[in-house]
Amino acid sequence: MTTLVAIDGLVKNFDASGPAAIDGLTTQIKSNQVTGLVGPDGAGKTTLIRLMAALLTPSDGVIKTCGFDTRDTPEPIRDVIGYMPQKFGLYEDLTVMENLTLYADLRGVVDPQRKDTFERLLAFTDLARFTNRLAGALSGGMKQKLGLACAMLRSPKLLLLDEPSVGVDPISRRELWRMVYTLIGEGVGVVWSTAYLDEAENCAEVIVMNAGRVLYQGDPKAMTATMAGRVFYARGAGAERREGLARALQNPDIVDGVMQGQTIRLVTAQGAPPPTPEILGVAAPVEIVATAPRFEDAFVAMLGGASKRTLSAQARRPVDETDAPSVEARGLTRRFGDFTAADHITFRIHRGEIFGLLGPNGAGKSTTFKMMCGLLRPSEGAALVDGLDLAKAPSAARARLGYMAQKFSLYGDLSVRQNLEFFAGAYGLSGARRRDAVARVVDAFDLTPHLNANAGGLPLGFKQRLALAAAIMHEPPVLFLDEPTSGVDPLTRREFWATINAMVGRGVTVMVTTHFMDEAEYCDRVALIYRGKAIATGAPEELQARVRSEKMPNPTLEDAFIALVEESDRQREAAA
Amino acid sequence: MLWTRLSALVVKELLAAFRDKKARFALIMPPLIQVFLFAFAATMEVTNVPVGVVNQDWGAQSEQLISRFERASAFSEIRRYDSQADARAAIDRQEVMVVVQIGQDFSRKIAARETPDVSVLLDGRKSNSAQIVNSYLNTIISQFGTETFAPDKLNADSRIVERAWYNPNRDYRNAMVPVLIATLPMTMVLMMVGMSVARERELGTFEQLLVSPLQPLEIVVGKAAPGLLVGLGQCVIISGIVILLFGIPLLGSAAMLFLSLTVFLVAVIGIALFISSLVSTQQQAMMGIMLVMMPAMMLSGFSSPVQNMPDWLQPLALTNPLTHMLVIVRGLFLRDMPFWLVAQRIWPMAVVGMVTMGLAAWMFQRKVQ
Repeated sequence: MTTLVAIDGLVKNFDASGPAAIDGLTTQIKSNQVTGLVGPDGAGKTTLIRLMAALLTPSDGVIKTCGFDTRDTPEPIRDVIGYMPQKFGLYEDLTVMENLTLYADLRGVVDPQRKDTFERLLAFTDLARFTNRLAGALSGGMKQKLGLACAMLRSPKLLLLDEPSVGVDPISRRELWRMVYTLIGEGVGVVWSTAYLDEAENCAEVIVMNAGRVLYQGDPKAMTATMAGRVFYARGAGAERREGLARALQNPDIVDGVMQGQTIRLVTAQGAPPPTPEILGVAAPVEIVATAPRFEDAFVAMLGGASKRTLSAQARRPVDETDAPSVEARGLTRRFGDFTAADHITFRIHRGEIFGLLGPNGAGKSTTFKMMCGLLRPSEGAALVDGLDLAKAPSAARARLGYMAQKFSLYGDLSVRQNLEFFAGAYGLSGARRRDAVARVVDAFDLTPHLNANAGGLPLGFKQRLALAAAIMHEPPVLFLDEPTSGVDPLTRREFWATINAMVGRGVTVMVTTHFMDEAEYCDRVALIYRGKAIATGAPEELQARVRSEKMPNPTLEDAFIALVEESDRQREAAA
Repeated sequence: MLWTRLSALVVKELLAAFRDKKARFALIMPPLIQVFLFAFAATMEVTNVPVGVVNQDWGAQSEQLISRFERASAFSEIRRYDSQADARAAIDRQEVMVVVQIGQDFSRKIAARETPDVSVLLDGRKSNSAQIVNSYLNTIISQFGTETFAPDKLNADSRIVERAWYNPNRDYRNAMVPVLIATLPMTMVLMMVGMSVARERELGTFEQLLVSPLQPLEIVVGKAAPGLLVGLGQCVIISGIVILLFGIPLLGSAAMLFLSLTVFLVAVIGIALFISSLVSTQQQAMMGIMLVMMPAMMLSGFSSPVQNMPDWLQPLALTNPLTHMLVIVRGLFLRDMPFWLVAQRIWPMAVVGMVTMGLAAWMFQRKVQ
């Protein structure tokens, strides 16, 4: 095992007056292993990868990639590394083969060596069948494989992968990890940057970054092990579990708590006694059992634990109680030409329930979600929000739903206040009602310090708060969230879900689409969409129970997801 | 309720256009710069041209003719060349665009009271300017001829008396600059409105609008109104500059001018919104705008009259709002165009506006389906 990258006192400033993107980093990256670069968005992961690839020069300190100083001798570095940028760096208007040929030309891979390389890479990535397909028409997982193939053309010593798993579903993600392990066996060093903490556990070594600083460096298992004996499941809180979690988080002995389906996962402070059922303060009998720690527990504890502050106490008034289902899909079908993107999808979401739409890329969950929001008209079937058919009374139905898009769709050039005023106006609030609504969300989401700042320049956590604030300004009884916490750091994510939980406690109905399992775990029930059909619907525990076997005694939700998709594939093949 | 939603949209659009320093600059500065550039640079008058002369005649008559060229204010200097080959080379090098060649027998023929020949070589690459220079030369040469052959009978024969109506001094600027009141706001508004929807699509805020209770037609109106306000603002500023700074009088009614400009801008905004309803990225929007803008300029009579275009192009020119607007602007500035004539030009623009807006609203609705 040799050192591939030696970093010493590395500092990178993009803006002389602003904070450093990387602030005093010293580390080494070794061959024959995967080094995980873990941290939330904006932590400095991409900057570090670009520095290693000699695409940026350091402001201070030295970085040597494969023995070459990136400042003095950047050229030879390009011959020994493979770099896959975020979103894979492909030309979407070219075919798979044209992309490969272009990159081979650019990297000087010529015949006869080229032919062998192509054959090897196409076999390795299993893309040989798709060489004539446009890269833009590939699925997320296939794009990622092609990106990897392009980065592998020169058989690099060091492979830099910048967030290779963004926008890729769990199945493709596992496949990529398998491919990377194969490369490790051949002696390549891999740097894998990710915002998903569960991926850290797959790495031999991790560099955990936050705001340009390194929090931890070393074996992820050692970091996880520091949390041994501090993680517990609280089961049996039933309908009161959200309030229970909120109460438990106020306890000084608890540093972190999240929902996992029906179960509450609690992390205690260092040296604190195990939690008692009393701290949840719920009527139902609660059983507390110890469980194995995860990397994320250690990460959150290291950052000082989940926020104790509760937002949104007054974010909205309670919704009137009725028993009618709040959101309903009745045989929703959408056809694009011959292709059926959604095929008779039916579900009912009850008042005060969090419902998740899960599925691999291209499975039809976005199509379903869009039909539920009224962004797409169903070919067949109906979508009802609060009893109103989106096709028959679109304006009235849309007035009852709050929508938060994937990338916090706000007007970046407008100030926080102007954004809020606009969305209040767009939902028909005027005069005193608008003032009250703005004041209420500003207060509930603690936006006062940023009121006059441009929305585009806000820190990610505040952007998210603002997006949510804008979505609930008109007090909708139904809230639709599209991958609400993708790429967001775990602390902000906890804060966000605490807010959502508080709103659900007041009777708001929430529908989420996601392919992140930790988001899915916040849901009361999920529908797994695959090939346009809802192949399984139920509580996360029910889905896990369905796939429990001798081989998998304790399946995670991700395991359940993959097993159910594979089972559906088998059934389809058997039928064919 | 409707008014609240609409005003929220309009306020937001105006804020987005004016809050950012760079965006504000982009709306105000380019039109100003262009007004001045067009007024001074884009002139079709020919002044300061050098004229080449190949004089093979040794007599006094040819020198007299050349001295007349020298005195003409349109020509900056007379360059003499020894042979036709030299003159040809000078045209090749674009030193001169016109060469006057005077034959050996020029003076002799005049003395014999015969008609001498003068040939004029023109650079066809600059057809317009060369034509104009040619006409100047012709005037000088024929005047020279009349005065030499019949100095005493100067006023006896019939003579053409020219008078340019509506622009008595034939001041090129009076005809050209008012046109900018229509063309510059048109380009700005096309850009602003055409790009704004595409930008919202890229940002994802357009979906946010579509899931709100806003109706497609409200979105269209909400996007159109700020464009109209900004466009009219530019019209006012440019008119001010044209009238006050360049001293070009507005002979017709200002009310009629702004009524027509309003209808014109609505038509332009309709086209911009229709483009933006078809595209999904700002890049595509830009291409769409270019695709419309260049032909709209060419087919409007901005630089060459619509009547000169082939028959099959003429109907197309009539669907172009700029064609009508230019007639109105020129009519109102250079003469007091009566209302009934203005109205004839307003209604086609109104039709274009209504059709394109309707199509845009329909497309936004369709995208949802």
